[in-house]
Parts: sequence; structure tokens; C-alpha cells
Amino acid sequence: MSSIAHDPTHGHEHDHHAHHPSGVMRWITTTNHKDIGSLYLWFSFIMFLAGGVMALTIRAELFQPGLQIVQPEFFNQLTTMHGLVMVFGAIMPAFVGFANWQIPLMIGAPDMAFARMNNWSFWLLPVAAILLMGSFLAPGGASAAGWTLYAPLSVQMGMGMDMLIFAVHIMGASSIMGAINIVTTILNMRAPGMTLMKMPLFCWTWLITAYLLIAVMPVLAGAVTMLLTDRHFGTSFFNAAGGGDPVLYQHVFWFFGHPEVYIMILPAFGIVSQIIPTFSRKPLFGYASMVYATSSIAILSFIVWAHHMFTTGMPAAGQLFFMYATMLIAVPTGVKVFNWVATMWKGSMTFETPMLFAVGFIFVFTMGGFTGLICAITPIDIQIQDTYYVVAHFHYVLVAGSLFAIFAGTYYWLPKWTGHMYDEGLGRLHFWASIIFFNITFFPMHFLGLAGMPRRIPDYALQFADFNAIATVGAFGFGLSQLIFLAAVLKCVKGGQRRPQRSGTVRTDSSGPCPRQRPTIPSKLHRLSSKRCWLTGGPPWTGDQTSAPR
Amino acid sequence: MTHIEKYFVPEPSRYPIFGSIALLLMATGAVFWMNKVSSGPLILALGFATLVYMLFGWFGQVIRESEGGNYGSNVDVSFRWSMGWFIFSEVMFFAGFFGALFYVRVIALPDLSSLDHQQFLWGNFSAQWPIKVSPGHIVDPFTPIGAWGIPAINTLLLLTSGATLTWAHWGLLNNNRGQLKLGLFLTIALGLLFLSLQIMEYAHAYSDLNLRLSSGIFGSTFFMLTGFHGLHVTIGATMLIVILLRVMKGHFKPDHHFAFEAVAWYWHFVDVVWLFLFVVVYWL
Repeated sequence: MSSIAHDPTHGHEHDHHAHHPSGVMRWITTTNHKDIGSLYLWFSFIMFLAGGVMALTIRAELFQPGLQIVQPEFFNQLTTMHGLVMVFGAIMPAFVGFANWQIPLMIGAPDMAFARMNNWSFWLLPVAAILLMGSFLAPGGASAAGWTLYAPLSVQMGMGMDMLIFAVHIMGASSIMGAINIVTTILNMRAPGMTLMKMPLFCWTWLITAYLLIAVMPVLAGAVTMLLTDRHFGTSFFNAAGGGDPVLYQHVFWFFGHPEVYIMILPAFGIVSQIIPTFSRKPLFGYASMVYATSSIAILSFIVWAHHMFTTGMPAAGQLFFMYATMLIAVPTGVKVFNWVATMWKGSMTFETPMLFAVGFIFVFTMGGFTGLICAITPIDIQIQDTYYVVAHFHYVLVAGSLFAIFAGTYYWLPKWTGHMYDEGLGRLHFWASIIFFNITFFPMHFLGLAGMPRRIPDYALQFADFNAIATVGAFGFGLSQLIFLAAVLKCVKGGQRRPQRSGTVRTDSSGPCPRQRPTIPSKLHRLSSKRCWLTGGPPWTGDQTSAPR
Repeated sequence: MTHIEKYFVPEPSRYPIFGSIALLLMATGAVFWMNKVSSGPLILALGFATLVYMLFGWFGQVIRESEGGNYGSNVDVSFRWSMGWFIFSEVMFFAGFFGALFYVRVIALPDLSSLDHQQFLWGNFSAQWPIKVSPGHIVDPFTPIGAWGIPAINTLLLLTSGATLTWAHWGLLNNNRGQLKLGLFLTIALGLLFLSLQIMEYAHAYSDLNLRLSSGIFGSTFFMLTGFHGLHVTIGATMLIVILLRVMKGHFKPDHHFAFEAVAWYWHFVDVVWLFLFVVVYWL
């Protein structure tokens, strides 16, 4: 590439005289972090709809007691695939999409550290999705072992299970490459002068998330590899008759699975930590404590995994250890919630759509956090294990937590990505419909779980009928509300009001959409006051405001 | 600022999509093969061929960019960070299998031989390692491989190969190309010798000792741990051969040779994994 030898003052458009494919090939061959970010986000939205259709089929079946719409075998496939599609297809890729778009802009890098590998990280996902969704067509159907794929059930399934195992391998490879890219970009591509503690908090949360991904995705790969060899090559990892142990699978899986929970929520914390200060017109309260809290959560996430297995059987000392370690996580999480509230305290707050979703996030995520604490208490967990209480808990943290943060981030950064304002009316409608229907769907599940309704079962006893009917109505409302989101995004992408240029607020940064190509010279960090600094990288690009702590 | 450190952003590339197609074909082929669909091996081979094409093309481009002087010190640091984190991910992959081994030996087997299990489930099964008889009597008797035969020789071979590789690195640093080539050649030879002995050991295990992948939990952990290690030695040896070929073409300078160092890191990582294997799989 000759372009990098050019004098930087020449203007970047002339540098890239090499061929740039157009049409579909542009997206297939792209090495541009914004293109790849958009690909991630659209992919995750498509998977979100696919997983959503599965969820609605589940809810339709559960509208009334008895079997109406689907066979129990297919119902089990739906619960399994809904979980896997939402976790690996919707939530995780959406956050990687945000990382791709925002991290290079926020730290003043021209692109990700490894732009070609970045492309591969994305283009592995459609391959995994083909295997995942294609497994419905395999003889015997998709895996019906639950998203956790517990042995021995997962050792017994048909060809769909094998497709799922390879899909997990490929998604793992994608995640590991993506995470290495993000770590390297953040550690090595920051603009001169931007120390780690001056980075926007979103970068910090992603740095720590990427570390978690690199540490646990290989362990998941190992777990499903053991499953594969148990299925086809005669090993006895999870077979007690050969000296193995099915509980071993649970340990290996949850050693991955619990950090995975934080992989899906830490970037959400980062997005919310960018939005709350903007709409409170105050710098983030307790920046350093936010960084330490995020790190503490990540470290603790490695020593709490067996709280998913209290009923599987373990010594009382083990139960006590995992119970107390789990409850300890409430401390750094509480630090974060209090910091967000303190940021809003006495701020000049306005409630545009991103702020609505961010404040909604704090309310509803905190409820999910509290039910998590309740689940952590061993004797209570033995009662509510595998009931709808657990379903309610993790949907409060994953839908109202991760998903609402994704919505918040989308509305917050869409104007930067497209150069146009989103439709505020549609955005607010989307928020209120989402949060109301979300609670109609999942709040009754707490009562169902406390009353003993088991999860992953297509039929239920008559006394659960009313709450289930309410939840189903809420679910369809929630599903339809997401079409408002699609409309709002499409309208914004297609055009609309120019993005306002505010001055004197923390959102003063660039004048229009971020140009596709940016110079390959470092940006400059300008200190404007003791609490604010800006990045500039020469015309026409200027970067995001960052939140310097002091 | 007088000196501006420049970043490197590559042009659009068609190699990643070939990699994706390759993995799709390989996964489909493997699934078909395992489920006895006749086209499986063919699809798998097609996928592997696509992967090889992609690796040649992609790495070839990276090598041309590197030798063309496009990679400044910033890119060099990026490579260092990423190789380190990649090796860390590999460490965690092995940690999963080592964890399985420790769990079985420390928790699962004593539990299976506990009084409850003896009485109600697995009659008279007593925990010992290596297990002679599996709890469900589904495993034919076998003899485990002792540590002080081929495994001890293999340990010496790998440790020596680590030393020869470092000696080759000194040659590169001092611009002594002869020492570099000889050191690399010796390292590769020792690695291949290790692999040959490993294959001999596996053949011995299958034909004489009746130790198989299906020999209960001992066979599972033994073959999966040593097998994945062997796979990594194969990958490492392949990378060393590429490095040697590049050295013969005159690549690498005393101050610009991260590809060499990355492969050396990888080789030492494989070496360290073997030491753990030797101690906990063969010896203890």
C-alpha cells in the first residue's frame, strides 16, 4: 500500500486511489470499521427478529394450558434456539457493532488494529447463523437440550446438535478474533495524550469485556468439543459408566457461562455511562470508580459459576462460597448504579429517547439485579431453580438491561453515523411501548416462578393460566413495538432533519456524518478544561468528546 | 510533533470470505461425515482446500506488506499484543481440558466409588488412577503408558527444540544467517521427531496396550489432551517451516522480524503445555 507513505497534509481522499469494490462486494470485502459495524448491527437485528419469532411462538403456545400450536419436541427446540440466537446472534454482535463504530472514533484511531481480521470476525457470523438456523431442517430437528446444552441430553440428540456444536465453534472463533482486535486497538491505537484513564467509559467496558471473551470462549469451545467426542468418538467425559460425570459439563459450561453474562452487560454499562452525562449536562460522577467497579465485576465473574448449579449437588462449603462470592458482585454493580444516579443529581436533565432508554435501563436492570441477588441465596435458589422466576430474572437483565442499552446507544449515535436526526416521536413511542409491554410480559413471571411453574415446559397446571395469558399479550405487544424501532432507524438512515450542531454542550463534536475514510495519522487530544477534552484529526473529521476525569 | 507515527489500514480484501466459506464447508462436511452421509468427506476436503488457499493468500499478502516496509513500529506493537492474547486464548482452551482431568480425578471418581454409589449403582467400583475398570464395566482392560519411556524422551526433545530456537533467534539478532538457518532446521527436526515418536506411541497404545480414545475417562482425557497438544505441535512445526523458507528467501532483519518471534512464542507455549502434560497426564 503506497498511501501510508504520503504526506499527511495531502488530504486523505487522494490517498486511497486503489480499487474499492462497490455493491455487494463492498460489504463482503470491506476493511472499514464503520461498514463492519453496520454489518454487525444489521445482522444482530435480523437475528433479533428470528429469535423474537421463536419467543412469540413459545408465548403463543403458553397462552393457554394444554397443547395448541406446537409439539413438545418442537417447543423444546424453540426454547433452545431462542436462547442461543438471542445470546450469540443478537446481543453479542450488537455490542461488537457498537465497538466497531465507536471505539476507533472515541480513541482517535483511523480504524481497528486489524481491519482484515475484523472483516472475517463478522463474516464468520452468517456462517454460524446458517448452521444454527439450518439445524431446524436436519433430521430430528434442531437441538432441544436447552441453550446450556447440558449432557447427557445433548449427547443424545441428532444431527442438529452437531451443526450447533460447529456453529458454537465458529461463533467462538469470531468472538475471540473480535476481542483480540478490540484489546489491541484500545491498548495500541489511542491518540497521543489519551491515557487509559482519559478514555470514554465505553472503551473501558469493552476492553474488560474483550478480556472476558478471550478468557472464556475457548473454554466453551472445549466444552462442546468434549460433547462432540462423547457423541461420536466414544469418549466418556460426561458418561459415569465410563468414569466421567455429567456434572463436569455443567462446571465447564458455566465457567464460560457466567463471565458470558457480564460479556452481555458490561458494554451496556459503557453505553449508559456515555448517555447519562450527556443528557444530565454533567460529567460522569466517579469515573475512576466506574473503571474499578467494571474490573471487579469481571474478576469476580470467574469465581461464581457454580451458583447456576446449587441443585446439582455440591458440598455445603461450595454452596456457601459460591453464594457469598455471587452476592459480592452486588457491591461493584451498586457502585455503578449510584454513580449514574449521582451523575443525574442536580443536572439539567432532558429526556430525549436515548436518555429515556438509559434511565429505563437503570430502573429495570436494577430490578433484575435484585432478583439476581435473591437467586444467589442458596436455599431460595433450591426453591426457584428452573422456574419462571429465573426466566423473569435473566430477561430483566438481558432485555431491559442489554437490549435497552442497545436501543439507547442506537438512538444516541444514529445521528453521528448517518448525519440525520432520528424521529423523536417514534423514538419515544418505541421506548414507552417497549418498557410497558416488557413489564407486562416478564413481571408476572416472578409470580409464576414463586408459585412453582417450571421453565422449558410447553404445558402447565391450570392455576398458572391467568398470568401466562397476560405474559403472552405483553410479549406480542413487545414484539410489535420493535417494528417501531425498525421504522425509526430506516427513517433516520434514509434522511430527515440534519443533525443539530450544538455548541457549549458535551455533544459538540463533528458537523455531519462521520466520513467513511479517515486519515491514518494520529488524532490530537485537546484539553479544553479540567474536565473536558476533545479529539481532532484534521479536517473534515473531528471526534467524540471524551470524559477526562480531572 | 516532528515525527508522526503512521497507522496501517489495509485495502478491502477477499480472503476473509474465502475463510468463511471454507469453515462452512468444513463444518457441513464434518457433520455429514459423523452422521454417515456419504458426501461428508468430500465436502470436508473441499473446505480444507479452500482454507489452505485462503491461508496462503492472506499470509502471503501480509508477508508482502511486511517486506514492502508497510508495517511501522505501531503495527509491530499491535502484532505483539494480539499474538500474546491469542496464546492466552489457547492457554484457556487447554485449561478447559486440564480442568476436566482434575475434576474427574479429584471429585468425580472418589464420588463414584463412594458408599452410596457402590451400594446402589456401580457395585464394587473403587477409584484409582488410571482406572482399571470403569464403573459401568463398559471399558476393556488396558495398560496406561508409563512416563519414563517415550514421553520422557519427548520431553527432552521439546525442551532441546526450545533451546535451539532461542539459539536461532540469537543468530538472527547478530545477523548470523548460518546460525539462524541451522537453529531453525534443528528445531523443526526435533519437532518432527517428537511428532513421529508420538505417532509411534499412539500406535503402540492402540495395538499393544488396548488403550483407546474409548477407554473410559482415562482414554478420553489422555488422548484429547495429548492429541490437541500434538495438533498444536503440528501447527507450530508448519509455522516454523514457513519461517525457515522465508529465512532462505532472505526475509527478516535483526530489528524487524516479529513473525519469527511470534512463532517462537507459540513454540514455547506448546513446550510449556507439554511439561504440564508430562507431569499430570503421564507421570502423576
